[in-house]
Amino acid sequence: MAVGTSVQVRTAGRTAGTGGAPAAAAEPLREGAMGAEVVIEGLTKSFGKQAIWRDVTLNLPPGEVSVMLGPSGTGKSVFLKSMIGLLKPDSGKCEINGVDIARCSERKLYETRKLFGVLFQDGALFGSMNLYDNVAFPLREHTKKSETEIRKIVLEKLELTGLSGAEDKLPGEISGGMRKRAGLARALVLDPEIILCDEPDSGLDPVRTAYLSQLLIDLNAQIDATILIVTHNINLARTVPDNIGMLFRKELVMFGPREVLLTSDEPVVEQFLNGRRLGPIGMSEEKDSAQMALEQEQADAGHHDGSTEDVRGIVPQLQPTPGLPVRQGAVRRKDRVVQILHTLPEPAREGIIASLTPEERRHYGIPEPAVTAGGLTPAHRGNLPAGEVADLPGAHAWPGGEQSAQTRPLRPRRGGA
Amino acid sequence: MSARSATVPGMGMLRETGKLFALGLDIGRGIFQRPFQLREFIQQAWFIASVTILPTALVAIPFGAIISLQFGSLASQLGAESYTGAGSVLATVQQAAPLVTALLVAGAGGSAICADIGARTIREEIDAMEVLGVSAVQRLIVPRVLACMLVAILLNGMVSVIGVLGGYFFNVVLQDGTPGAYLASFSALAQLPDLWVGELKALIFGFLAAVVAAYRGLHPPPGPKGVGDAVNQSVVITFLLLFVVNVVITLIYLQLVPPKLG
Repeated sequence: MAVGTSVQVRTAGRTAGTGGAPAAAAEPLREGAMGAEVVIEGLTKSFGKQAIWRDVTLNLPPGEVSVMLGPSGTGKSVFLKSMIGLLKPDSGKCEINGVDIARCSERKLYETRKLFGVLFQDGALFGSMNLYDNVAFPLREHTKKSETEIRKIVLEKLELTGLSGAEDKLPGEISGGMRKRAGLARALVLDPEIILCDEPDSGLDPVRTAYLSQLLIDLNAQIDATILIVTHNINLARTVPDNIGMLFRKELVMFGPREVLLTSDEPVVEQFLNGRRLGPIGMSEEKDSAQMALEQEQADAGHHDGSTEDVRGIVPQLQPTPGLPVRQGAVRRKDRVVQILHTLPEPAREGIIASLTPEERRHYGIPEPAVTAGGLTPAHRGNLPAGEVADLPGAHAWPGGEQSAQTRPLRPRRGGA
Repeated sequence: MSARSATVPGMGMLRETGKLFALGLDIGRGIFQRPFQLREFIQQAWFIASVTILPTALVAIPFGAIISLQFGSLASQLGAESYTGAGSVLATVQQAAPLVTALLVAGAGGSAICADIGARTIREEIDAMEVLGVSAVQRLIVPRVLACMLVAILLNGMVSVIGVLGGYFFNVVLQDGTPGAYLASFSALAQLPDLWVGELKALIFGFLAAVVAAYRGLHPPPGPKGVGDAVNQSVVITFLLLFVVNVVITLIYLQLVPPKLG
C-alpha cells in the first residue's frame, strides 16, 4: 500500500512541480517561514449545563502534524470550532501567533482566520457554486489576483486532490469522497499556515484515506504548515502524526509525542487503540464498574472482546514522497523531543531513540544502546525551543489503580446502575 | 439551546429578541462595509422581485376593491359620497399597500431567504465561509436585506397604483360614483407625506422581514426539519412584528403630520 501511495502521489507532485512552477514562484514569502504555533491554555466549553470538555491545555508546535483522538461525542469537532472562533469557549485562551482567538476583536479574528485552512466533515462546499468557483472563492475574496492566476492555482489544487476534469460539477452531483477532497483543495488554496481536518477519513475508503494521509504529509513537507487532524481512525493516528492527543470524559487525557501515546498503558488509550469493548469506554460515553466487571467476566470466559490484535507499539511514521523536501517540522520536533526525552516514559523513550539514525544519536550525544535518563545533555547546535513544548499531563494523569475512584465525580449520573 | 438554559420564564424569548437586535445592528454596520456585494444584491433583488410581483399584483386589485367598496357603501349611507375617493385612496396608500407588500415580501421572499440561509447553516457552509475569513453577514445577509428593502419600496409603489386604480374602477363602475368627485376629494384630503409614510413603512417592513428571515436562517433548530420550522417561524414572527410596528408608525405619523383639513 505504501509503495502504491508514493508512486501515485509522486506523479501528482511532479506535475505540480513542473506545470505548477508559478505556484512555487508565487510564494517566496513562505520560503523559510514556518507554520503558526497554536497555544491553548485551560480551554473550557459547555453548552448550557452540559460541559463538553474542561481545562484543555496543549500546544501545537509549528509545522508539526498532530492528531486528536477520542470516542465519538467527546467534543472533538467542538474543539476544532473553538480553535477557529466559531464557538466561544467559556474560559481559557487559544493563541495563534500571539492572537487570542477567544477574545480578540472581530477584525483581528477575520484576519487570523485567513491563516487557517479548514476541512469540514462533509467538505462544506458552497452548494450554489461549482467546484472551480468553490476553490477559487478564497482567492477572489482575499487576493487581488487576476483570473488567469486564479485559474492556474485552482487547477493545480484540484489536480493535487485528484479532481481534474470535475471543475464544472456542482457539489450535489459528486460523491462524498470527492466533496471531501474538493473541500481540502479549497482549504489549501491560500497556502494556510494551519490546516485543521475534521475527520478527513470519514466516508473515505481505506485506500483513499491512505492517499489523503500521504497528501497531508507531502503538504506539510512543502509548505511547513501546522496540521491538526481530528479523527478516530487508528491507522491514520498511528502512521501520520508527530503528536497525538486524546479527549475522553471531558478531559484531555494526554497530549504528547506520538511515541508516548502509542506505547501508553493507560486503560482508555489502550482500549481505544485496539478498538475493543473491554475498558473504560462504553457504548454511551462512560461505563459503570458493574458493566466493566461483567464484560471482564465474559471476556475471561472466552467471549470475543471485539479487537483483532494488539496494535500498540510504535510503527514507522509516514514520510514525504521521495523527491520532496525534508519536513522542517519533523526536524524541529526531533530537537524538541530529544530535549524532553528524560521526562518521557520508558517505552516511549526507547521508541524515540530507536527512530534516530546513528548519526543523529551521535549528534544529540545519546549512547547507542538503552539510554540512561536524567543526566542527558544533548550536544546540539542551533536554536532549540526553550521550554517543553508538548505539555505532558501531570496532574491530569490517571494513576492506574485509583482511576475509577478518582474520575467518578465527573460523571453525571442518571438513574441507578 | 438558549431556551433550555433559561431559568426565568420569558428569559429565552428576551435573549432571542436581543440576538435579533444584535443581528439587526450588525447588518446596519455591514451595509457600510466595503466591498459591497453588488452582484449578490442584484441577483437577490431580481429573485425576490420575481417571486413577489405576480402575487402582489393579484392581491392588490381585490384589496383596493374591498376598501373602496366598503368605504363607498359606508360613505353613501352617511351621505358623504364625495369623500369616497379620499378615504379609499388614503387607506390604500398608507395602510393597505405597505402591509400587502410586506406580507408578500415576508411570505414569498423572506421564506425563501430563510430556507436558503438555513440550509447553508446546517450544511456548515456559513461556518466554512466564516473560517475562510469572509463575514457571512456582510457577504450574504446584507445584500439580501437591501434587496428586500428595495423590492418592498418598488412593490409598494406598484400596489399603491394598482390599488388606487382598482378602487377607482370599483367605485365608479360598480357603485355609480362620480369620477370627478372621486378625484376632487382625493386631492382635497390626500397630501404628499401620506405617500412618503407609505414608502417609509414599506422600507422598514422589508428590512424587518429580511432580518427576521436571516436570523431564523442563521440559527435554525437542529436537523433538516429545523430548517422547515425556522421558515415557518420566520414568517409568523415577521407578521406579528409588522402589525405592531405598523401601529407604532401610524400613531407617530398621526401625531406628527397635521391633517390637511385641520
